[in-house]
Amino acid sequence: MTSISSASPAFTGRDPDNRLFGPLPDVQGEAGYDGDHPARVGFFTDTSVCIGCKACEVACKEWNTLPMDDSHGVRDVIGLSGMSYDNTGQLGANSWRHVAFVEQTRTVDLPMPTFGRPGDDRQDSGRSVTDGPNDESLATAQQSVLNAEALSEFDPQTGQSGTDKQIRWLMSSDVCKHCTHAGCLDVCPTGALFRTEFGTVVVQGDICNGCGYCVPSCPYGVIEQRKDDGRVFKCTMCYDRLTDGLQPACATACPTQSIQFGNLDELQARADARLATLKAQGVETARLYGRDEDDGVGGAGAFFLLLDEPEVYGLPPDPVVTTRDLPAMWKAAGAAAAMIVGVAMSAVLGSRRPR
Amino acid sequence: MPGLGASFGRGGATNFQEDLANSDCIVIEGSNMAECHPVGFQWVSEAKARGAKVVHIDPRFTRTSAIADLHVPLRIGTDIAFLGGLIRYVLDNELYFKEYVVAYTNAAALVGEAYVDSEDLDGLFSGFDPEKNQYDESSWQYEPEEPPHSGSDDPAGAAEQDRREQDPEVKKTDHAQAAGSGGPPIAAKPKRDETLQHPRSVFQILKRHFDRYTPEMVAEVCGIEPEVFLQVARWVTENSGRERTTAWVYSVGWTQHSVGAQYIRTCSILQTLLGNIGRPGGGILALRGHASIQGSTDVPTLYNLLPGYLPMPHALQHGDLDEYCADAAGKAGFWGNKRAYMTSLLKAWWGDAATPENDFAFDYLPKIDGDHSSYRTITDMIKGKVSGYFLVGENPTVGHPNGRMNRFGLANLDWLVVRDLQMIESATFWKESPEIETGELAPETIGTEVFFMPAATHAEKEGTFTQTQRVLQWRHKAVEPPNDAKSDLWFYFHLGRILRERLAGSTDPRDRPLLDLTWDYPLHGHDQEPSAEAILREINGTGPDGRAVSGYLELKDDGSTSCGCWIYSGVYADEVNQAARRKPGREQGPVASEWGWAWPYNRRILYNRASADPDGKPWSERKKYVYWDEEAGRWTGLDNPDFEATKRPDYVPPDGARAQDAIGGADPFVMQGDGKAWLFAPAGVVDGPLPTHYEPAESVVQNALYKQQANPTVERIPGPWNRENPPLSDVFPFQVTTYRLTEHHTAGGMSRTLPYLSELQPEFFVEVSPELAELRGLTNGEYATLVSARTAIEAKVLVTERIRPIRLRDGQVVHQIGMPYHWSYSGISTGDSANDLLGIVLDPNTHIQEDKVSTADIRPGRRPRGPELIDFVEGYRQRAGVASGRVGVNGRDPVAAEAGEGSTL
Amino acid sequence: MKTWLDAWPVFRQLTGPDPLGRGAAARSKATENVVSRTATADRVVQSVCPYCAVGCGQRIYVKDEQIVQIEGDPDSPISRGRLCPKGSASKQLVTSPTRVTTVKYRRPFGTEWEDLDLDTAMDMIADRVLQARRKGWQDENDGKRVNRTMGIASLGGATLDNEENYLMKKLYSALGAIQIENQARI
Repeated sequence: MTSISSASPAFTGRDPDNRLFGPLPDVQGEAGYDGDHPARVGFFTDTSVCIGCKACEVACKEWNTLPMDDSHGVRDVIGLSGMSYDNTGQLGANSWRHVAFVEQTRTVDLPMPTFGRPGDDRQDSGRSVTDGPNDESLATAQQSVLNAEALSEFDPQTGQSGTDKQIRWLMSSDVCKHCTHAGCLDVCPTGALFRTEFGTVVVQGDICNGCGYCVPSCPYGVIEQRKDDGRVFKCTMCYDRLTDGLQPACATACPTQSIQFGNLDELQARADARLATLKAQGVETARLYGRDEDDGVGGAGAFFLLLDEPEVYGLPPDPVVTTRDLPAMWKAAGAAAAMIVGVAMSAVLGSRRPR
Repeated sequence: MPGLGASFGRGGATNFQEDLANSDCIVIEGSNMAECHPVGFQWVSEAKARGAKVVHIDPRFTRTSAIADLHVPLRIGTDIAFLGGLIRYVLDNELYFKEYVVAYTNAAALVGEAYVDSEDLDGLFSGFDPEKNQYDESSWQYEPEEPPHSGSDDPAGAAEQDRREQDPEVKKTDHAQAAGSGGPPIAAKPKRDETLQHPRSVFQILKRHFDRYTPEMVAEVCGIEPEVFLQVARWVTENSGRERTTAWVYSVGWTQHSVGAQYIRTCSILQTLLGNIGRPGGGILALRGHASIQGSTDVPTLYNLLPGYLPMPHALQHGDLDEYCADAAGKAGFWGNKRAYMTSLLKAWWGDAATPENDFAFDYLPKIDGDHSSYRTITDMIKGKVSGYFLVGENPTVGHPNGRMNRFGLANLDWLVVRDLQMIESATFWKESPEIETGELAPETIGTEVFFMPAATHAEKEGTFTQTQRVLQWRHKAVEPPNDAKSDLWFYFHLGRILRERLAGSTDPRDRPLLDLTWDYPLHGHDQEPSAEAILREINGTGPDGRAVSGYLELKDDGSTSCGCWIYSGVYADEVNQAARRKPGREQGPVASEWGWAWPYNRRILYNRASADPDGKPWSERKKYVYWDEEAGRWTGLDNPDFEATKRPDYVPPDGARAQDAIGGADPFVMQGDGKAWLFAPAGVVDGPLPTHYEPAESVVQNALYKQQANPTVERIPGPWNRENPPLSDVFPFQVTTYRLTEHHTAGGMSRTLPYLSELQPEFFVEVSPELAELRGLTNGEYATLVSARTAIEAKVLVTERIRPIRLRDGQVVHQIGMPYHWSYSGISTGDSANDLLGIVLDPNTHIQEDKVSTADIRPGRRPRGPELIDFVEGYRQRAGVASGRVGVNGRDPVAAEAGEGSTL
Repeated sequence: MKTWLDAWPVFRQLTGPDPLGRGAAARSKATENVVSRTATADRVVQSVCPYCAVGCGQRIYVKDEQIVQIEGDPDSPISRGRLCPKGSASKQLVTSPTRVTTVKYRRPFGTEWEDLDLDTAMDMIADRVLQARRKGWQDENDGKRVNRTMGIASLGGATLDNEENYLMKKLYSALGAIQIENQARI
């Protein structure tokens, strides 16, 4: 199953020669590491146990000495976003972890007028704040209440009591996906972005020249230039810590193990089991995101268990690596492609920063 | 924590956080654990993953509610009604743990004939004095057993102490807090009816008392549906008993009420009836909000306590050591050794100068004779009665209610010493406070001399914190503090040294206590830092041989032992700093007894004798914890027994037995005079032996249960700077609750100054429901102004469905406003201070303020600036019929100021 | 020449097993030399988080007498190595540039802070303590012996160490000061 077929009918079949798309069993080997390289590692972020504490954001900034920032990395003043408890806004050059807060309410379908939230003008949701007492309807209202069944109907994982409205507050810590096919890496003309021996994707600050090609190539909008510096920055999965056998800072801090770090295949097995548990509990809306190796980025090194559609969390529903079509384009216009490569090579050489 | 102290004998959490993983049901109420104790919350997550039900009972839908199985959005200030309903449900449906209740509680005890319950007095108990707004507790006493099998060595002296205990000036001093480790003293063990049928038995009184807390009444008072209440009731009762246990978690969401101690009492009664105390996965977990807030009551810097919850001597009660010990001498329970603890403390402080001849220097101790708590002292400051004030890591002009009143207090001192890391608002009140803007204060009128003394951080000094579950953990020093920054240990040691040098040679007897003080600690390093380990060893105590004692059972009343805090005795056992033990958790069992050291005697679950049945066998295999090993002749199990290790379960105290010997082998509550958990508190709680629902002092709702609207004994501090919003007022029509966020810490000195935390919650905001936003024209992200009889503040508005208005049965709609309290004008993340909006009314047991519920008005837009703000608020006061809040120079009485008095100019 | 060529990514890319130049061939000098600052620290000490009362274990890494990292102590059975955002930010608490590390003095009716030598400040405070103690002294109150002073009050935060609280209570009691309070009541 691929998630991009409808969008790109010309490329539904897998091209065995296309190393920029599809599952890749040994992503490090593909990047030139010999057979005894370490196992591919990743993040499994289980949002169903996230408490939105933002320890990941702080631990990340602390370890990586990132500057304080507002949500867009352009202002030097900070202010309340007005969007629930999210004052970070999005991932960026100075925010490599971002906790999204999504407040949802749902009206419960109750058979009669409820004893409930005043001032709500929807049907079956109680009377307005200006209404006077009405003993008759209130007597009924006292009896007509949300029951346990109604709770499980919403979602036993997060289902809430209330009256005629149920509240759900979703929290999810977003991060660079460390894609199997990383657009940023594929387009980087300088070799600043590289695949590590752990299978992660990292920017090398001593190489990056700030060309910014990688910025639009990320299907998730993760990588960003720092305005005062020009270079791009994003999550390194704490490459320096990994080389010393430590876990990334965010996963180390996470109080509830919402962020789990480990070998990717083990995390995938754990995530599958967790999903099965939630499904068995009736949490029908639970799903994994970035787990599928057949998706548009060949599966992500950082994947998620979500409780709702990805869009709800601000995640693209169908991310596709932007370089997926490159080989096909080359085939279609061989000579032109060769020329493009030639130009690209000279750009690489020409753009090496003087040191 | 008198609520826990009076119920079980000690004022600390009965269990530990890791043990929550063993719970079958966890109820978090009066606490926002996921936000305020995120790392502790991992144990709730773990329990949930193992299948436990998690219930969050809170007016707000918080990050805790977000992953609970059920959120119960009760109306602010109605927890006693909710818990009372659960108690009735348990009693009515006979769902209590019968064997446990009969054996381990005072259910069978008989109360004297003079007792009249609040059921019969419309919300008041017998003994109320409407003049003084206090109770005489004499009528709440047990009917004593006949003949007495235990009692005092000095019955006349004890009786005299009991009489003096009822003196209004003594009652003001919160002696109940001395139940922090050792329950309130009782004259003798009670007469009992093991069938629980006697009409004056505690059990029958309890049934009658809670009879009106029906599910329907709970629904009406709390504003929730009866079915939601019943869902909680089912989960809690289905998960309690022999095989299963339920834990309750609370924090300042309970204590910061005018009936705060009674909130905790209600929970204690419920958890005791369900048999959840002293057992794994059960208990009442008091979550403290600061690194060593438990330590700060154990080794108190509190006016009414000495270390180890020994009461501060009272002028009317304690003329000498004999009088001081008379109420405890020879009595059952560990308070029976009060004289040994006190004598050892006096020896620790005055060494060789404390002799049997001079009553061990008891007279060196200053005496209290009333309420000298923080808010009273602020009042005295405004009146010019206090010269100097030390603020040591505290920022009261932001963190305490009524910032304006606090600032007026500081403005009338001669001098102020502030010890902190950052330039906090309490140090800059004379140049930057809101009252500078209104003109009520000005640098030119403020004579207060201010010393800002930079402090060392936790990483720059060594010492112990006592965390929420009574565990002392030693911190090693990482680096030296910079420049003039010094530890508080350094500051107080060297201040004492200088003072002693100044007074050396003095013949004034008033100076003897200082000159005779043991003040000779090893000093380290360039800074001459006193040795924290030497002080910890002094706290632990030493025996006649000069070596560290291994626990308080070794302490003597003859002056041969010394001990700075008897409950901490054992922390330096075997001359080893036990608090510094760090055997990794993964190398230990689930109790992890070799990580740090817990008081008392490194016991992690208190009263764990109750995890076994009266015969000493585990109640069930599943909940096996501490039990009697007949072969070995001792108690054994996962934890250190909270019981004398070799006292047999069938031990019956002989006639005339005293202290711990008077506690039977099946009495797990060893700190109580009768060895039982108290369903009914014949002593120790000043506002009633049983909890009753009262509305908060500032409530917009009439009490549906009794004619008595609010706690009749609530403590007030009247003055123009502390006006109260009248209850049921149209002018202040909305309820306000204050709280913390994960991203900040209390008054903000440790968080608003840090970039990474400031950007996460960058501005002061209030949370309102869409309904209130519509009603008042408030817009998300825009400013609103909140007004009380104290002042007006402005905040950005966050409109959210997580805040819920409540419609009561009579149609009244109660709107609630949520208001985090971290902000003020300094630091990176700034805003008005929420606490400026609040007044000060106090729980009479604890002198803790009712922060969690007050009233206010809210309107769109920013507040008036400058002197206009004063007129704006005064207009509100007039409309609400509240006396004027206008003040004179530096906040003093306006008339006196006009007459030229009280002014420093 | 060989070394220089080896260091050139294009050469490595063309000659090595990473023809797309996305992995082994793209590694820079800084990448080859990467090391975590916990590994290069001179020492690590075990501590406890100063914020709430959960009591999370912390490990403090020190290099050249400066704190370079504070993170959770995985040995702690209470916290198992985890920290909340405040605990994670606690290095900033110590290293904050806005931290005030020298004595500041505001004289009566003064409009600005002044600098003051630490020893001078200690002496001045001692003078004032003795004066306030005398001024507020009571041998008796309402005919009862109280031997105390009402001239000095104190309010401590609940992040004080037990040893600090102990010395404070001991010294204040010996001075006769009774209005000694703590955040613990709040």
